[in-house]
Amino acid sequence: MIGGLFIYNHKGEVLISRVYRDDIGRNAVDAFRVNVIHARQQVRSPVTNIARTSFFHVKRANIWVAAVTKQNVNASMVFEFLLKVTDCMQSYFGKVSEENIKNNFVLIYELLDEILDFGYPQNTDTGVLKTFITQQGIRTQTKEEQAQITSQVTGQIGWRREGIKYRRNELFLDVLEYVNLLMSPQGQVLSAHVAGKVVMKSYLSGMPECKFGINDKIIMEAKGKPSADESAARTGKTAIVIDDCQFHQCVKLSKFETEHSISFIPPDGEFELMRYRTTKDISLPFRVIPLVREVGRTKMEVKVVVKSNFKPSLLAQKIEIRIPTPLNTSGVQLLCMKGKAKYKASENAIVWKIKRMGGMKESQLSAEIELLQTDTKKKWTRPPISMNFEVPFAPSGFKVRYLKVFEPKLNYSDHDVIKWVRYIGRSGLYETRC
Amino acid sequence: MTDSKYFTTTKKGEIFELKSELNSEKKEKKREAVKKVIASMTVGKDVSALFPDVVNCMQTDNLELKKLVYLYLMNYAKSQPDMAIMAVNTFVKDCEDPNPLIRALAVRTMGCIRVDKITEYLCEPLRKCLKDEDPYVRKTAAVCVAKLHDINASLVEDQGFLDQLKELLSDSNPMVVANAVAALSEINEASSSGVPLVEMNTQTINKLLTALNECTEWGQVFILDSISNYSPKDEREAQSICERITPRLAHANAAVVLSAVKVLMKLMEMMAPDADFVVNLSKKLAPPLVTLLSSEPEVQYVALRNINLIVQKRPDILKNEMKVFFVKYNDPIYVKLEKLDIMIRLANQSNIAQVLSELKEYATEVDVDFVRKAVRAIGRCAIKVEPSAERCVSTLLDLIQTKVNYVVQEAIVVIKDIFRKYPNRYESIISTLCENLDTLDEPEARGSMIWIIGEYAERIDNADELLESFLEGFQDESTQVQLQLLTAIVKLFLKRPADTQELVQQVLTLATQDSDNPDLRDRGFIYWRLLSTDPAAAREVVLADKPLISEETDLLEPSLLDELVCHIASLASVYHKPPSAFVEGRGLGSSRRALPTRSGSQDILESSPSHGERSGVIPTQESLIGDLLTMDLGGPPVPSSVPAAPFASSGLDLLSGGLDGLLSDSPSVPPPQAAPAPSVGLLGDIFGLAPSASTSYVAPKQMWLPAARGKGLEITGTFSRRNGQIQMEMTMTNRAMQPMMQFAVQLNKNSFGLVPAAPLHVVSPLAPNQSYEAVLPLNPTGPVQRMEPLTNLQVAIKNNIDVFYFAVVMPMNIFFAEDGQMDKRVFLSTWKDIPAANEVQYTINNVNMSADAVSSKMQQNNVFTIAKRNVEGQDMLYQSLKLVNGIWILSELKMQPGNPTLILAVKTRAPDVSAGVNTAFDAILHS
Repeated sequence: MIGGLFIYNHKGEVLISRVYRDDIGRNAVDAFRVNVIHARQQVRSPVTNIARTSFFHVKRANIWVAAVTKQNVNASMVFEFLLKVTDCMQSYFGKVSEENIKNNFVLIYELLDEILDFGYPQNTDTGVLKTFITQQGIRTQTKEEQAQITSQVTGQIGWRREGIKYRRNELFLDVLEYVNLLMSPQGQVLSAHVAGKVVMKSYLSGMPECKFGINDKIIMEAKGKPSADESAARTGKTAIVIDDCQFHQCVKLSKFETEHSISFIPPDGEFELMRYRTTKDISLPFRVIPLVREVGRTKMEVKVVVKSNFKPSLLAQKIEIRIPTPLNTSGVQLLCMKGKAKYKASENAIVWKIKRMGGMKESQLSAEIELLQTDTKKKWTRPPISMNFEVPFAPSGFKVRYLKVFEPKLNYSDHDVIKWVRYIGRSGLYETRC
Repeated sequence: MTDSKYFTTTKKGEIFELKSELNSEKKEKKREAVKKVIASMTVGKDVSALFPDVVNCMQTDNLELKKLVYLYLMNYAKSQPDMAIMAVNTFVKDCEDPNPLIRALAVRTMGCIRVDKITEYLCEPLRKCLKDEDPYVRKTAAVCVAKLHDINASLVEDQGFLDQLKELLSDSNPMVVANAVAALSEINEASSSGVPLVEMNTQTINKLLTALNECTEWGQVFILDSISNYSPKDEREAQSICERITPRLAHANAAVVLSAVKVLMKLMEMMAPDADFVVNLSKKLAPPLVTLLSSEPEVQYVALRNINLIVQKRPDILKNEMKVFFVKYNDPIYVKLEKLDIMIRLANQSNIAQVLSELKEYATEVDVDFVRKAVRAIGRCAIKVEPSAERCVSTLLDLIQTKVNYVVQEAIVVIKDIFRKYPNRYESIISTLCENLDTLDEPEARGSMIWIIGEYAERIDNADELLESFLEGFQDESTQVQLQLLTAIVKLFLKRPADTQELVQQVLTLATQDSDNPDLRDRGFIYWRLLSTDPAAAREVVLADKPLISEETDLLEPSLLDELVCHIASLASVYHKPPSAFVEGRGLGSSRRALPTRSGSQDILESSPSHGERSGVIPTQESLIGDLLTMDLGGPPVPSSVPAAPFASSGLDLLSGGLDGLLSDSPSVPPPQAAPAPSVGLLGDIFGLAPSASTSYVAPKQMWLPAARGKGLEITGTFSRRNGQIQMEMTMTNRAMQPMMQFAVQLNKNSFGLVPAAPLHVVSPLAPNQSYEAVLPLNPTGPVQRMEPLTNLQVAIKNNIDVFYFAVVMPMNIFFAEDGQMDKRVFLSTWKDIPAANEVQYTINNVNMSADAVSSKMQQNNVFTIAKRNVEGQDMLYQSLKLVNGIWILSELKMQPGNPTLILAVKTRAPDVSAGVNTAFDAILHS
């Protein structure tokens, strides 16, 4: 199991050091600094073995979080845990920075004591942790509160406490999708997938049981609904094929496996209900058509066309196209039909921003890039053109069919709950090679 | 809110100042001071001098302060054991606190203080906490047992904490169950005897599976990991476990998913590979594995390393998922390299076009390692997918045109492999290769180029000039290049003897007279003598056809792969090394994990170093694997004069290509036949045995270890009983191309407690193609463990190459003791005494012997006839025998003259052995 956990700043100074096991000594702290943080080369692996001691690290911003062990631990668990630790810190005091860590070191030690015992991860749910570990130190609790805390930390429903009350029962569902695309210069889709998640904000009283329905093909067929094609014909909506999905720990997985129904008692407040992945029938909101011509050794001409490919009534926002330029660029002349384009020398790229763009539109940018004569043989590798955007629909076709709430003990019914659903499609890695 | 100020105090006299602050009356000031101490401790300053002052702050109502003091205590108690005692009282008191959070905190902290005196005081509070009414305290206490075991294992066992821990497995709270199972797994693994202290059974597994649905994500990982160590009784149980675990594949936590994958991969081994259940399960495995690739890069890395194993073990699972492994521009380099590896493994005829265009793209990236690997991958595709070879070669040629130095060198190395796989097909490109001769500065690339020139010397007009140019700096070249050059020039000479005599003289002189390297010298001399005595033979040797290289390179060795599959998700699967290669000390005694086998006969061989005389074997066996691995991971080893296995397809193999031929391929040079195996008699003498004296039945030798599984070592064997001594007789044949040595044997614990009575003696080295008759005397004095079937014996044979495991079935008759004759009266009373339920009847067919002949034949095998009767024309033989472990067996043999069918009734107090006795009778009577 995990033998120790260290947090360093970018210089390799220790900010937090907590040792859980006797086989890890103080020298482990230095070994990691010398061999990994101060190593000359780029980090080649997130796992390093130094003198039979294994170091796992994640680096976020300028902070290194490292776990040490001498045993054959579950590696995926260690990384998941380290990521959880950073999440947890973030949820307590915001950005994980050197300053914030130093300011909250007592809190961090307290958390580390609670969530890792003898190197075994314990309950890491921040919602629950916050009920008894606070930034203001420890609150004194009544006996009932104590009992409630302990049963919650260890309980079967470790993510929700009893006795929550709201005057207005309300819930928000955000369907957030990230479209990933890799396209060849000729417009052939090399790989494309949607990584989606359903984020739920629940403000519900008591211990409500929720049932969530989506237009997944398997679920719809299991429900004995008319086959997907028929219902599609009637409603104009199709069922989609979800390659794989994962759920928050509140979802009863065994029920999903057997009955294909998503049922759960939600945590209070915001949480990620499910994650899913689709690869079939993705409607790609944008298409980028690049045209690069090298004119001699000192000049390049680039033309980029962007086409939007969705209903004309919808509006895409925050569109940004990043066209990489060679390292020896000396000057760029730009001409674009829409939005603003700028050459950013420090990023070696032309950044073209368009605030809004309707569906079925097209825009174009042309650039003339002047190059310095270089004698270095190093060829420019032509990184892909990447794109960012946000569209108000789910590119996978994912639809929420229903979310029913049952709370047998309290006197509110499914109809009394106010429900909101929103669809957002964003770009993940949306790249076109040129 | 500016606690960061504590990190910046660097004044002198700080300790003194802190001391006075710690003793201050004001609570606020005290707390500030403790914070400063902790901050100093964090950055590595020694603040142990403040021990008494900090401990004084321990008795406080302020939980925050208390936690800080505990933190300090855990760090420094070991260096100040006497002072730490001062804290005991507070701990004991806190363990009684009405607040469960404080009770848990106390027991948690106490377990972390590794001072003997404190441990003594820990026992009572711990016992109470394990039964606490609050689950939070119980789950903390469960982990505390593991802590205590780490400090003092015998204390835990003596105090009965293990039983209490076992009880917690049935706790109503899922988190308590999860922590208890985690603690138990760790204790089991650390157990010094190598025997798990707590065995899992169907019931406990069921409880765990129930808790699995309800506990936290981490708890699920603990439970799954511990289930992965359990071997179900049969296929049905395995299936039901699989069914209950499959839903975990949809969990958001990658660790839960991978641990579930581990259990499923392991249990699938128990089922027929084409069963519907397995096919369905395989289908379910692919999507979650692919989803792991959209997690954080670190998790992706772990997932990819594991997918690499899964793809090797079960290629079908991900065969259609090639696209998801395409490298993204922004992937960290470690993810890119791993994806590339998997892409090559998944490449096949249907997707090769896509793969190739991707690889070509990668070959123009920036990272040198990645580019090299991409180039190498193109070559591997050419070798793996024959129809694509043409395209691969032209892609490589395009890359060579880029003139990027390392790309060119890498391309030449792989083109050499392509030439070997498809001889006489792509020679037209040699001229292009030769253009780049000057830019090659890496030994492997130079070596490859030289090999190409030598191999195709007759088609390269200026081959002699090219090779001569290399010869100028012969002394400065690496050994690899020198050897290659030597062979190439000899090849050239044999092909064009007229104008290259001078050149070959020159290289032979350089190799034999001016070199310090024995490998080089030896090879030089061999060539020299060959050339001077019989040039025709030299031709046949040096220019012999080379064995084809294999399609799949750098696959993990199957037994290692199987072991790693048992370790999916763990560090071992990330390093691709068995845990023993990087975990030291305790826990090494624990068993190596092995996949369950389908037949239900467990092939798990526990390698517990329990017996003094053999304890040396195990560590070397483990470290041997480790060493081999590290060797593989390092650069190409210096070629030795011993030819490598012919299909290894490494640079080394090519180098010794000529020698391969010399030693085995050429008909004119007969392979060095080993002397006939020494007679058993000689060995018999050593052990004080005279094999001729006994005529007891010995089963014919059976194939125990085929050469394919034994990496060239073939073992056939049988068991015998000669003069009261049980022996294992083995014919060991070396079918590999290199000598074998350092033989050792170990037996797993078995039903009869057989252990070797002497070390295994094998002629060393055992030359290629040599056989040796080894006789291993066995004594039934070792530890006993019931096997299924009873006569199953698991054997491990080690040599300098690897450790091989196999299971054999011993004939029961070797256990028939010499003193098996029973007194008539005793026989009679015993016969009556044994309940009729214990009587088993068998029929033995095709025996054409008289009762007397049977009787005497059986007597030779220590089955003694007590009485003979004739009832209604039937002969009845009453016989007794005794097994070496003291079990008496009585039998009644009914035979009718002229009827070849006998009826055997066996009566014994241990009816389990009856079946074995029947088999033995059957075998003896038919011998």
